[in-house]
Amino acid sequence: MSEKHPPKHADQHPKPHQPTPAADETAAGVAVDTAGGTISPSALPASAQSGKLPGGPDTLLRKIFTGSGMVSVLAVLLALVIGGLLIAATDERVGATSSYIFARPTDFLSAVWDAATRSYVALFQGSVFNPRGSSLAARFAPMMETLTIATPLITAGLGVALAFRAGLFNIGAQGQIIMAGILAAWVGFALHLPLGLHLLLVLVAGIMGGALWGGLVGLLKARTGAHEVIVTIMFNYIALYFLRYLLNTPAFQRPGESNPISPILDPTAIYPQIFGSQYRLHLGFVLAIAATVLVWWLLNRSTVGFEFRAVGANPKASLTAGINVSRSTILVMAIAGALAGMSGVAQVAGTEKVLTDGVAATYGFDAITVALLGRSTPWGTFAAGLLFGAFRAGAVQMQIQTGTPIDIVLVVQSLIVLFIAAPPLVRAVFGLNPRRKKPAKAGKSQQAATTGGAA
Amino acid sequence: MLQPPIPSGSCTDASRLVRVLKLELRGITKRFGSLLANDHIDVVVEPGQIHCLLGENGAGKSTLMNVLYGLYEPSEGEILIDDKPVSFRGPGDAMAAGIGMVHQHFMLVPVFTVAENVALGAETTKAGGFLNLEDTRRKIKQISDRYGFDVDPDALVEDLPVGVQQRVEIIKALVRDARVLILDEPTAVLTPQETDELLDIMRQLKSSGTSIVFISHKLREVKAVSDTITVIRRGKVVGSASPGDSTAELASMMVGRAVSLTLDKAPASPKEKTFQVKDLTVIAPNGQHTVDGISFDIARGEILAVAGVQGNGQTELTEAILGLQDRVQGSILLDNVELVGRSVKDVLNAGVGFVPEDRSVDGLIGTFSIAENLILDRYDQPPFAKGISMSPAKVLENAKSRIDEFDVRTPSGLLAAGTLSGGNQQKVVMARELSRPLRLFIASQPTRGVDVGSIEFLHKRIVSERDQGTPVMIISTELDEVMELADRIAVLYKGKLVGIVPAGTGRDVLGLMMAGISAEDAASADHAGPVKADTPATETPPADTKDAATAERRAASSPEGGDHV
Repeated sequence: MSEKHPPKHADQHPKPHQPTPAADETAAGVAVDTAGGTISPSALPASAQSGKLPGGPDTLLRKIFTGSGMVSVLAVLLALVIGGLLIAATDERVGATSSYIFARPTDFLSAVWDAATRSYVALFQGSVFNPRGSSLAARFAPMMETLTIATPLITAGLGVALAFRAGLFNIGAQGQIIMAGILAAWVGFALHLPLGLHLLLVLVAGIMGGALWGGLVGLLKARTGAHEVIVTIMFNYIALYFLRYLLNTPAFQRPGESNPISPILDPTAIYPQIFGSQYRLHLGFVLAIAATVLVWWLLNRSTVGFEFRAVGANPKASLTAGINVSRSTILVMAIAGALAGMSGVAQVAGTEKVLTDGVAATYGFDAITVALLGRSTPWGTFAAGLLFGAFRAGAVQMQIQTGTPIDIVLVVQSLIVLFIAAPPLVRAVFGLNPRRKKPAKAGKSQQAATTGGAA
Repeated sequence: MLQPPIPSGSCTDASRLVRVLKLELRGITKRFGSLLANDHIDVVVEPGQIHCLLGENGAGKSTLMNVLYGLYEPSEGEILIDDKPVSFRGPGDAMAAGIGMVHQHFMLVPVFTVAENVALGAETTKAGGFLNLEDTRRKIKQISDRYGFDVDPDALVEDLPVGVQQRVEIIKALVRDARVLILDEPTAVLTPQETDELLDIMRQLKSSGTSIVFISHKLREVKAVSDTITVIRRGKVVGSASPGDSTAELASMMVGRAVSLTLDKAPASPKEKTFQVKDLTVIAPNGQHTVDGISFDIARGEILAVAGVQGNGQTELTEAILGLQDRVQGSILLDNVELVGRSVKDVLNAGVGFVPEDRSVDGLIGTFSIAENLILDRYDQPPFAKGISMSPAKVLENAKSRIDEFDVRTPSGLLAAGTLSGGNQQKVVMARELSRPLRLFIASQPTRGVDVGSIEFLHKRIVSERDQGTPVMIISTELDEVMELADRIAVLYKGKLVGIVPAGTGRDVLGLMMAGISAEDAASADHAGPVKADTPATETPPADTKDAATAERRAASSPEGGDHV
């Protein structure tokens, strides 16, 4: 870091009037050249001194200390509060009471409270538990719907999270889901195989499709240095238009149908429903749990995951330690693609049972948010996937019951992302971390001041 | 520009009129949470003095200066200027009061010219709000001429050598009428030549009435320019010293115990030559030969130290051996096995231990735990992994024993390596590389940014690795370190090997060789006296330059040398 000037500068300043010998100059006392209080505990934490440690939070301890999980929770809370205010702003009674707000402010406030809580109660009833259900099964139906919607979010989210841990921003879950969906669906309706084998093949085909589509990005990145963000975005388009093309070819289009829709998958190729036919919840959810466990193990207990994390945190040190960074890049993208591919399978073999050009919906993009909210940890992503599944499942019920537009859920989702991207904002709102705030602020003002012309 | 009012005691006008300024820090205490970075520090900077704050990194020097510069608010204590208490809300206040600071890492916009950088933040404008750079240019010329800075106001900062960039920072402060100049570790980024030029500049500034607060842990420089030395340890002032005190005294004050500045090293007993480099050339992406036809060998049980000014091919040489360079010609033989063209993993598995020059970039993953960093290049080998399944228990077990063996000061092996101090980080890297049987050990800048106690320890480990019969290669830009460790010394200059000389070779000869003069010429020039304009040799040292007393005499002799200017 220091002394990084090229050699030409070393001898560029011959000052004849300067009699100090060069030999003496280089003889600066290394023996007493000191730094880093090893003998005494350093008066400042090393991070506070240098502040240039590459990478994000990784060790368990650090996670607890930085409390980033807490920020996620608070971000959700804050987004819900603001969402509630937005709901209230569109409410008729709130509008009416606001006209005499100074006369009777309590009317106004209770109207705001009512509007927000009614909507959120409806959201809850639509996503977790509906006490007015006619039977026990009906009461739990919302939760099953939540889990069904959460399934593709979780697996695709895991793909994004895993790549992120290896330092890659995988925007390509959408395309990976689509490619997986194409292959899985084709195996599902074109081949006619015995029960069990057929489904297995559907799953393998989907996973392979996603893995190839993702791995290709890794290959391009490793071999040519192409940036994964650009490549994955373009691959999303390629996948989407490829799907649209296929759905207009005889091989994929349903016979006797002019719409771009595939034949229905064979019954042998469909995920079995876990709790019987009254719910849509299918085997894909169990596989999503398994995938979460697997990714956790991969990241924390395997050499492969060690490589991923090392490359993600400090590629130069990884290279110096003999880790094959190119191979890691390709492998992590392939695994990320495979995970997104599981979402594609869950869609065609679980929820939809056909292939349309809307097979991926917006799952691939929501997966980025899910991974972000889950802090790129496997179980965090799992929880975030459940939350977003609940939002989506509950939004419909909320609109039916209270007339609150579904879009408010999208607003809440966006607010969550916004707050997660700005942890200091969240901490400031909740008045957290006053102790750590000062040095950080000072550091910032230092930069601002000095680059802004101070000194 | 920032000109907020100074709440208590307006000293601004007074200090501008009076050219000299007395600065006093009284009972300054700064806490970060439970951490006490500064503990009731009292410092008085008399007008027109060079006042040195001496202390190890992490002792609290920089925190103190950031308090003085208005970047941190002190938890307790006050700052007095000309005996009037002031309080700074930000650097703007400090600057208005006549305090300027040059940070260790420069705060310059690389794509701006010198004049633009100097003007930045205090831009003067013409009628209509247009930028008036002419004014700034004139001021830069004035200052530059006055102190012999030799700075062109219209040069782009990114084109300037580091030493000149530093002068731009100093000009920035002077243009703003700084009467007290804080220099935070100014020599860390400079070559020895640039360092001496800076010391001259500091003396000139002093003679024109500017006080300087000089932060350093390099004793030679401190002794050369300081008028007063305040030693800080663990956030406290442990005492004052005079520049006449001996190096050993200052060092022990700084560290808090007696330190041995010399290394007890048995003579080498070189065995068979197992490591050979033949005609090695490394070609940079721009076609330049960063390493140019180098040949040397190292025997088992021998330390070859590679000396040279930073950036003369040392980095590329080690990277080529490790397999990190793409375009390598020639041959590198270890135990008669060719290493050129092998992957890094193959090279490491062939028994090469490597300590990279920049531990935070190449040696450690700051966010990984110490335990994980200790197996960074063996994570996939037993006992840490079976197949692809890793054993966290084994990793932690390994960490415990390494931490004990290398005396890494940490409460737990699970802490992130980035939270360790520089010396402890270096011990982690060293522990990792030395904890397996080696066929070759390469350490690049093994003690850069490491405190005295750790240096002693790390040097001993390197020597004991040699004594176990490993060929050892040390790359260092610190000549003292080279001379202390080496059994033979190779000198690199512009990618070429100037020569390999025996361990006892004099400091002046080595210095000349580092400037590209061959060993024979250097030796004769050395005896003939100062003949080379850029690398004059004024004294011929006795053969045993490791002697602490000699070093001290040299350090003491530097100020006289500088006064000629």
